[in-house]
Amino acid sequence: MKKVVVAMSGGVDSSVAATLLKEQGYEVIGMMLRLWSEPGREDSNRCCTPDSMAQARRVAAKLDIPFYVIDAKDVFRESVVEYFLSGYARGETPNPCLVCNQKIRWTFLLGHALALGAEYMATGHYVRVRNSEDGHQLLRAVDKSKDQSYVLHVLNQNKLKHALFPVGDYPKPEIRAIAEKHGLPTASRKDSQDLCFLAGEDYRIFLQRNAAEILKPGEIVTRDGKSIGMHNGLANYTIGQRKGLNIASPIPLYVLGKNAEDNTVIVGAQEELGSRELTARDVNWLSGEIPREPFRAEVKIRYTAKEAEALITPTGENQAQVQFDAPQRDVTVGQAAVFYQGDVVLGGGIII
Amino acid sequence: MGFARRLTDEHPTKFLFSSCYNLAAMIYLDYSATTPVDSRVLDAMAPYFAASFGNPSSVHRFGQVAESAIDSARESIARLLNCKPDEIVFTSCGSESDNLAIRGAAYAMRDRTGANWILASRAEHPAVTKTLLHLEKYEGFLIEWLDVNEHGMVTPEIVSNAICNNTAIVSVMYANNEIGTINPIKAIAEICRANNVLFHTDAVQAAAYLPVDVQALGVDMMSLGAHKFYGPKGVGALYVRKGTPLVSHLTGGGQEFNLRAGTQNVPYIVGFAEALRLTNEERDQRVAHVQPLRDRIIGSVLETVPDSRLTGDIESRLPHHASFAFEDVDGNLLLTLLDAAGFACSSGSACKTGNPEPSEVMNAIGLSREWGLGSLRVTLGRDTTPEHVDSFLNISPGLIEKARKLK
Repeated sequence: MKKVVVAMSGGVDSSVAATLLKEQGYEVIGMMLRLWSEPGREDSNRCCTPDSMAQARRVAAKLDIPFYVIDAKDVFRESVVEYFLSGYARGETPNPCLVCNQKIRWTFLLGHALALGAEYMATGHYVRVRNSEDGHQLLRAVDKSKDQSYVLHVLNQNKLKHALFPVGDYPKPEIRAIAEKHGLPTASRKDSQDLCFLAGEDYRIFLQRNAAEILKPGEIVTRDGKSIGMHNGLANYTIGQRKGLNIASPIPLYVLGKNAEDNTVIVGAQEELGSRELTARDVNWLSGEIPREPFRAEVKIRYTAKEAEALITPTGENQAQVQFDAPQRDVTVGQAAVFYQGDVVLGGGIII
Repeated sequence: MGFARRLTDEHPTKFLFSSCYNLAAMIYLDYSATTPVDSRVLDAMAPYFAASFGNPSSVHRFGQVAESAIDSARESIARLLNCKPDEIVFTSCGSESDNLAIRGAAYAMRDRTGANWILASRAEHPAVTKTLLHLEKYEGFLIEWLDVNEHGMVTPEIVSNAICNNTAIVSVMYANNEIGTINPIKAIAEICRANNVLFHTDAVQAAAYLPVDVQALGVDMMSLGAHKFYGPKGVGALYVRKGTPLVSHLTGGGQEFNLRAGTQNVPYIVGFAEALRLTNEERDQRVAHVQPLRDRIIGSVLETVPDSRLTGDIESRLPHHASFAFEDVDGNLLLTLLDAAGFACSSGSACKTGNPEPSEVMNAIGLSREWGLGSLRVTLGRDTTPEHVDSFLNISPGLIEKARKLK
């Protein structure tokens, strides 16, 4: 019997993932990661509250599978939280979920799964894997409205080899029906942009408490360098933001960019928002091979953004140039640009 | 044929394992956590669930039968403990016995003499330490924590240096659950008696293997729990020497000499008595069965695992108990790896929420965090075979190294 470790959260998706794998005849082991929370708020990490832990434990018992909680506090703080803080310190808008999937779920937890003798690791993510002789492809989920391939573009052949995503083949309502049929919890964790370690608070409050030194006041300037106001720290602003600038102006002003070097926030009119191109760094190609020629693809620049047609040109040092057919609003430094052809995820990198 | 084999053949322990956890294929090495109920104990208990179901306090014959059953159990236990039947109070578990002893005696002593100091070792079970912290916080008692030596032992000198005429109670466990160290109870009891101080011992771990003659030990109160020696969970007892001042902490009907209200759990009390009787009768055989296996485990682990050490005393130690600390190993992760490989063990820092902290005992014996988080407890029992020990010793060094690398 093939052994699989399922990363469980107590929610509907990972519970059904475990159920489906069990029905498919796998020997299933449930695992949950204990992630980092701020000292004194240990019970408030959204991904591993005592409630969700108890829930996952009940699900495992119902499915008659063993369940273990693995301590990942230190490695999570060192990789994910540090990435989050240093990103904001550089004036970027980091997406720590990418690092969590890469370093925590698909490295740290996968290592534990393999150490337990498992051949596979599964999560409740809505994506699919297609295996062929040429290797393993990451595909969007059947249910496009639930697709989570954006955060999993960081995988590679070595990880995809071990990856199972059983819920990616189903529309969400069907997953809920399966959960109901088996008497499993049917509630999803709220699809929230909040990061698990923020304990439900705004990230700015977290930064104030944990890295107040990066919130340095500075000037708000126009594109031509004219100072028109003050800001209270780059991290408090995001590209495309309109509210909270506190500047009297005849036209609505939007955040166009942030400059960490001189600690300025650049603002301008709505028409000035948007750009036709971007450069991505640390580009990961899921096939393991860098494309030799420029190619056309659909590009997603945020988890919730719509795909946009573009020409991708791989350049040296794991970078890629992306030229959009039409200008894109809110191209945000620190977020990922992920490249698709149809359902296939080709790769992606961090916008610089 | 080994002792385990013979016992198992004659009195098969019925494990009703569910299929997918596949417990039948597991090797259980956690007898200090709990033990399976002996089939002879189950047989003794059976009539008192439905056939003889009466309330021991009732006047009619149903009640009389039930009352007679607990009286017989009390007499049997009293013989084994070398005390009077009315010095045995039945409770729901070892923890409740500890609570009754410490709370009950603390209130009574303060009432009688004004003494309000309580001495207890730093390595006590939480049933004792948390109760004391409660008394300190809400009742104004003064607690003095007795240091233990590097093997977790409370020496008589430590007690005699700390005791004073304001001391009401001393509580020192007979044997430690985490590290197996046996304390010099008789010597400590003598010091207490000489100073007119009450002495309580938590013998929950010890009773499975050590003599529990309260006259020889000289204790005033002693806590017991049946499930550590092949009896059922949910029943305990407290020995209370006649004349020991004690206030009830569970009030109601006058059961258990007005010390513990509530209708007695007749079948479980019967089971307790039968389990203790068998333990006493088979003590030498049980010790002879587990001790050589334990010694092999201790010897082999220390030999084959780098950066490992025994925790607890090597000589003054429970015969079925092996416990270790490994540097830079996540003890919780080690338990996970062992469980996945088919071995059920325990750890001082074990927790089910992924928030491991070194236990108080690990701190008390002076282990650093790097060592204290990497503890492992392997406790043997009647059904442990040499083959179990062999396969544990074959597989564990590799898993310990695996856990060290994964950390």
